Amino acid sequence: MSTDLTAEGGHGAVPTGPEVPVADQPAVSRRDWPLYEVFVRGKRGLNHVHVGSLHAPDDEMAVHAARDVYTRRNEGVSIWVVQAADITASSPDEKDPMFAPSGDKVYRHPTFYEIPENVPHI
Amino acid sequence: MSAPALDRPLDEPLDEAALQARFDATVAAEHRIEPRDWMPEGYRKTLIRQIAQHAHSEIIGMQPEGDWLLAAPSLRRKAILLAKVQDEAGHGLYLYSAAETLGADRADLTDKLIERRQKYSSIFNYPTLTYADVGVIGWLVDGAAICNQVPLCRSSYGPYARAMIRVCKEESFHQRQGYELLMTMMRGTPEQQAMVADAVDRWWWPSLMMFGPPDTDSPNSAQSMAWGIKRHSNDELRQRFVDMTVPQAEVLGVTLPDPDLALDPATGRYRFGAIDWSELQRVISGEGPCNDERIIRRRAARDDNAWVTEAATAYADKHA
Repeated sequence: MSTDLTAEGGHGAVPTGPEVPVADQPAVSRRDWPLYEVFVRGKRGLNHVHVGSLHAPDDEMAVHAARDVYTRRNEGVSIWVVQAADITASSPDEKDPMFAPSGDKVYRHPTFYEIPENVPHI
Repeated sequence: MSAPALDRPLDEPLDEAALQARFDATVAAEHRIEPRDWMPEGYRKTLIRQIAQHAHSEIIGMQPEGDWLLAAPSLRRKAILLAKVQDEAGHGLYLYSAAETLGADRADLTDKLIERRQKYSSIFNYPTLTYADVGVIGWLVDGAAICNQVPLCRSSYGPYARAMIRVCKEESFHQRQGYELLMTMMRGTPEQQAMVADAVDRWWWPSLMMFGPPDTDSPNSAQSMAWGIKRHSNDELRQRFVDMTVPQAEVLGVTLPDPDLALDPATGRYRFGAIDWSELQRVISGEGPCNDERIIRRRAARDDNAWVTEAATAYADKHA
């Protein structure tokens, strides 16, 4: 066959040869809605957990869209949305200075302390 | 996530070899690569292309079945089909969301699809001629998709793997509703049974083609396997699908259109006839029965609805 093909897309065969463009300049420059990150509380008693993102024109629409996209089957009882641009995050490459203190302070963990086996409920 | 980077590094950056070593070790340990990790440029590009093509397939995949929404034979079937088509939209959005974590832009990916610079699955270029096609798509096409997608839940790229887990949960409903629809038709009139047989005849071979070319003709697979993006070869997945599907066809009472299909007693697997790869090549290169129709409709959806996007933006600006 002249074109490379693979079933890589999960949904079936698509061409993947070098002639297939991937990420170059945007095809059309157009103002898109901002990107929101979506967090869902699966049920009462659990934390909100990040589930994905979506584009929406404003906060209210983002909540409505999040309900349709991420909770079609009782996946949640509460949704948070926040604009992705408003999130400040640590970076994996800054791993050592950011998270080192928890590594060298072993006395913060209960297993650091030796207690005789005959002491109950501890 | 698509959060911004801190603008000052807290420690000296690692050199490329060290970053590559860390990446390789993460993949080798079956840990997940996450969006803000360093990754080789080829890995990022391969993932964007794969996830985008997968997302496009979900979105274009709404069309063949969507054609039957207004003609579904009962309110029950209509509600089911509506839920399924809505799921496909959701799957597309999960996947575009995963692609955006790699720096891609959803609107840009859509433009590339419409300009035929990115592709979608060959299977959606076939028409749905009768209502039995809705059942056969659920059974065979979604069944094949499940074979492809379940291993992708362990993809090395975290956001893609997580999106696939959500997708796979929902695909199970898709396949079962299709099979149940076909069982109902097979209990019906001779005309209904003939519709099922005809639909199976038309969709069987294209479903096998969904897994891509034979391993001997799939040059990019090795790199994708090494990166943990792809988990099994095309031929292995195709074989799994055949082994899974033949007994289902027997229960249904339909004959798969392959005289060479037979159980190999030595391996316990089914041998099947030669696939016409020139057909896949034709459909992929734009000469399938519905390629133009699919893209024209997707373009119209983008352009005809642009005013909604603009109006919502204007409203948001006014109330900001």
